[in-house]
Amino acid sequence: MNGFFDIPSDLQHSWFGLIGLHLREALLPVLAGLVAALPLAQLCVRFRWLYPPVLSLTTVLYAVPSLAFFVVLIDYTGQSELTVMIPLAVYSLVVLVPAVVDGVRSVPPETLAAATAMGFGPVRRYVQVQLPIAVPAIIAGLRVATVSSISLVSVGMLIGNQGALGNLLHAATVYHRPELAVNSVVTTAALAVLADGALVLLRLLLTPWMPRGARRRTPRAARPDATAPAPKEAGR
Amino acid sequence: MNVLHFVVSFLGDGAHWQGYDGIPTRLAEHIRYSLLALALAAAVGLPAGLLTGHYGRGGTALALIATAGRALPSFGLLVLMFLLLGFGTVPVMIPLVLLAVPPILVTTYEALRSVDPPLVDAARGMGMGEARILLQVELPVALPLILGGLRSAAVQIVSTATIAAYVSLGGLGRYIVDGLYQRDYEKVAGGAALVAGLALVTLAVFWAVGRAVVSPGVRRGG
Repeated sequence: MNGFFDIPSDLQHSWFGLIGLHLREALLPVLAGLVAALPLAQLCVRFRWLYPPVLSLTTVLYAVPSLAFFVVLIDYTGQSELTVMIPLAVYSLVVLVPAVVDGVRSVPPETLAAATAMGFGPVRRYVQVQLPIAVPAIIAGLRVATVSSISLVSVGMLIGNQGALGNLLHAATVYHRPELAVNSVVTTAALAVLADGALVLLRLLLTPWMPRGARRRTPRAARPDATAPAPKEAGR
Repeated sequence: MNVLHFVVSFLGDGAHWQGYDGIPTRLAEHIRYSLLALALAAAVGLPAGLLTGHYGRGGTALALIATAGRALPSFGLLVLMFLLLGFGTVPVMIPLVLLAVPPILVTTYEALRSVDPPLVDAARGMGMGEARILLQVELPVALPLILGGLRSAAVQIVSTATIAAYVSLGGLGRYIVDGLYQRDYEKVAGGAALVAGLALVTLAVFWAVGRAVVSPGVRRGG
């Protein structure tokens, strides 16, 4: 297609520049969400009564449309990158907390007992036993958070061209060049698929003990086996 | 000055409650688009999810669809469809439906797979046919999860229908997009509050539907 990579100069970025900007705007919030989710999830595991209200709160927060979230923040952080990144961090947090809680809870009690018997303290047990076993569930959550974050950055275009690759959509509309919109859609989708693939690869590297090529175990599918000996945990 | 102040003064202005750009009109438009998209997506996703889930086939394909559905930049697709197809409901419905089918389809599949196999075996042993097993055993047991899938699809539709105001769709997103262009922050904040409120009402509706249609035995069990 003609002019596919001919980015209008008012965007002030090359195609690669837009990709870099897009990745930064999408991935930093996911990272922030993960950093916040780990202690919060640990609190939910430690204090069981905390989890249902946290779960309801995350459902409500996740339902707030991104555009509404962005524009409310304009009053505080202006039409800036930060205004796009804060809601994305919140959405990531909301996706990751249940994922981490499910993952940490799926650690069999015998394993924990064995670790304690070997003299592991609570911190060491968390870092060396619970977290590694929770990796598949955490990565499953990270995949959802990352992919939807990459897709949502584009909406930032509406608040004063803060949408990285999404800004191409505005350029496509005002200059009437649909190929720029195609570029935006294809590049964003490709970034999402690549990020997803990278996370799958990361999981394979981090969990060398898991059987290769076996069917993917989603956290939900993994739950019944993991909680089978303790039926009271099945309630949710 | 804070956002709440803007919201209150926007909602308190009687002029915003009438006419073609009034809150009732925009709210009705938003609900109409959202319901249409949800109905279309459910018409595709539910039967497909029920069948694949019942026979346990196509899990890999569905995992791919789930990833593809999430990776799809719905806003970009919205603008692209608008540029290619022009004005109207069809270019908006395509991305909304494409966005909503994967969560419905995949959750329905997973919901049916998570039904306790002995239940299905018992039903089959009692002489139930496949259709009766699906509709009278698997569907009621899987209903809470299926409703969860419909709920997340509905929430995403409401959210994306807001963004569709950029490509000249009506609905509550109009206030946000128009307000940003007109530098009328009161309008923007009011629109944001209405949209967020609608999303929360959507959650509440699904919660109420869940209370009404899910069998008490299933609800107690899990």
